[in-house]
Amino acid sequence: MSSTVYIAGAGVISAIGNNTAEHLAAFKQEQAGIADITLLDTIHKGRLPVAEVKLTNEDLIALTGLVNHNGRTALLSLSAAQEALADAAIPNLNTWRTGFVSANTVGGMDKSEDFFAAYLADNSKGKLRNVYDHECGSMTEIVADSLGITDFMTTISTACSSSANAIFYGARLIKNDVLDVVIAGGADALTKFTLNGFNTLMILDEAYCKPFDEERKGLNLGEGAGYVVLVSDRVAKTLTKPLYATLSGYCNSNDAYHQTASSPDGTGSFMAMQGALKKSGLNPGDINYINLHGTGTPNNDSSEGTAIKRVFDPHYPPMSSTKSFTGHTLGASGGVEAVFSVLAIKHGLIYPNLRFKTRMKEVSFEPETHFQANQPVKHVMSNSFGFGGNCTSLIFSAV
Amino acid sequence: MKIYIRSAACVSAQNTFNDTGFLTDVVEYTGTRLKTIDPDYKAFIDPKQIRRMSHVIKMGVAAAKQCLINGHTEMPGAIITGTAFGCMEDTITFLTRIIEQEEELLPPTAFIQSTHNTVAAQIALMLQCHNYNNTFVHKGISFESALFDAIMLLKEQDANHILVGGTEEMVDTSFKVLTRLGLYKRFPVSNLELYATETKGTIGGEGAAFFLLSDKASADNMAELTALKTLYKPANLEVAIQDLLQQNGLNIADIDLVITGKNGDLNYDKTYKDLEAGLFKNTPIANYKHLCGEYSTSSAFGLWLAANIVKTGILPPVIAQQEVSTRIPKRILYYNHYQNKYHSLMLVSAI
Repeated sequence: MSSTVYIAGAGVISAIGNNTAEHLAAFKQEQAGIADITLLDTIHKGRLPVAEVKLTNEDLIALTGLVNHNGRTALLSLSAAQEALADAAIPNLNTWRTGFVSANTVGGMDKSEDFFAAYLADNSKGKLRNVYDHECGSMTEIVADSLGITDFMTTISTACSSSANAIFYGARLIKNDVLDVVIAGGADALTKFTLNGFNTLMILDEAYCKPFDEERKGLNLGEGAGYVVLVSDRVAKTLTKPLYATLSGYCNSNDAYHQTASSPDGTGSFMAMQGALKKSGLNPGDINYINLHGTGTPNNDSSEGTAIKRVFDPHYPPMSSTKSFTGHTLGASGGVEAVFSVLAIKHGLIYPNLRFKTRMKEVSFEPETHFQANQPVKHVMSNSFGFGGNCTSLIFSAV
Repeated sequence: MKIYIRSAACVSAQNTFNDTGFLTDVVEYTGTRLKTIDPDYKAFIDPKQIRRMSHVIKMGVAAAKQCLINGHTEMPGAIITGTAFGCMEDTITFLTRIIEQEEELLPPTAFIQSTHNTVAAQIALMLQCHNYNNTFVHKGISFESALFDAIMLLKEQDANHILVGGTEEMVDTSFKVLTRLGLYKRFPVSNLELYATETKGTIGGEGAAFFLLSDKASADNMAELTALKTLYKPANLEVAIQDLLQQNGLNIADIDLVITGKNGDLNYDKTYKDLEAGLFKNTPIANYKHLCGEYSTSSAFGLWLAANIVKTGILPPVIAQQEVSTRIPKRILYYNHYQNKYHSLMLVSAI
């Protein structure tokens, strides 16, 4: 059970790039991916900024080679998973027990929306093809089939912490000697369902989001996918490329406060961070960078900030919310930010928290505002908190 | 390490909730959809909250709470749920309003309660349980995935008394759409004659079943969950089943009863019938989907059934495929497949 799990590959797609190299370039140039809506057909176009992946479904089909497209979430997922698997370059992959653990929250909702408009007008209408892959699990299955993975697959959906949970579930499958290789992470496409849902909660910023800023107004929704390739010690020994990191700590806790709101004292996030530190055997002072959940909503950032104070005061590591670049990619965010975390370790990077001006009243720290390279980054904490009080923290450590 | 089922509770289309006898009062339905017999939710949930809760949340919370009561446990070490479709009622309500109101003036409640983790979250909220909380949403193995997580947690010694359940609600819209997709029969049938029709399609169902898993031996545990295995498009099913038995030091002759996921669909029942003519040739068979209908987490009903059989030593005649033998089942193999893609196996033994 104490065996080490390594990260051997990474793949990501979001509003700031279609692969890891494009993301690193966007971070360096401090270039956010948030803009007016161009692809989603909604009345909120021109009013609510979002962070869309700048590729149409046809572009994504061409990129991934997926023939039967039945959901943008599957297309985004396949794109990032393909990159991660190619990046890991595991020799003789088919000789290892390989699994795919993926997370999402919307499933094939983009297609279901098309179906449902026709269905509501006439219950015998609506193309069945558009609703066939409605389930979250269908997205995972489509991608696993494309990657040729049959040994194990499952799907996790715990709102915005979904793919962080998928990553540590994947690691546990390796620790329990169920699998040798797991591609783990998650994906979510922008849909009218989620955009309108978050809009009803009045937590969307009509300007570009300002995470951890006293003047923050809300989040910007994004879309994307992020996966890491987790491998056992035995697999790691066969690799010729350097490993990114180990997954040294993880914890899932529930805030048990409210279906959507976070508790004022950040109980769930505090317990998740504490639990992950305990699992890794590290002290708060060992953490070199925190990739914040940092959605930009008044409630999340206040709660998360308070929890960070409880864990780290008075020595705060550099921290930032990369959602200021990618928007909040919901079920994908834990996977996307896990990729950023391992890239930070590999390249010695601290990412900036864009548009930050004023420190929040309740805390005595500020996020990093500029891109920094050549930093000593050995241990990165990545936070992902969601509706339903689901709070998960992961810790990645240099090998 | 041995994994025990300490307690269980099940809301289904039969009288399975509370001590109403073990399938002694079987309900016959005629149609293609079985709805649950709902317990008095007021006994479990604040009446002010009940009004706003969808069926799946109510079923899930009630089954979870009753399971904890049955297991004499106040605070579970983890809460894990499985559901393929999640909160369909709230999802469809919100989707309908988006379309009908053209994205304007939408109330948030349906959206808030539409996320797949709502049942697990509501249980945590009511119990004030800050422990591990997870939700699996993988089609016909959603419940098995949750159960697999629970077993790993116990083996890791990271939690004990793990509350794990499978929930699924069927609403009118999903029933209509799934009927159009060809899942259900196109004519009404008696659920008690489900396997005799030899036609395409099955009958739809819904339900919620929760279990408390523990690694602590106790005389009042219900059963031992000896093994769990899921397979995706297996090359050779018989070999895979034999492998699982062998890994547990068993062969098919050691199995007193096989509970199958037969659902009356001509196309899918063939897989079970092939096994009955082969590997299961000399093993008593039981079926259950005529009682609860087909749904993605009906395996939770199957496990509830298996645990109760080994606990009570009673094989209810309504599930037995053959003449009821006098042999009291001590070791049960559960086998189900979902559209011939996902196959799941569970070994349940008397303690």
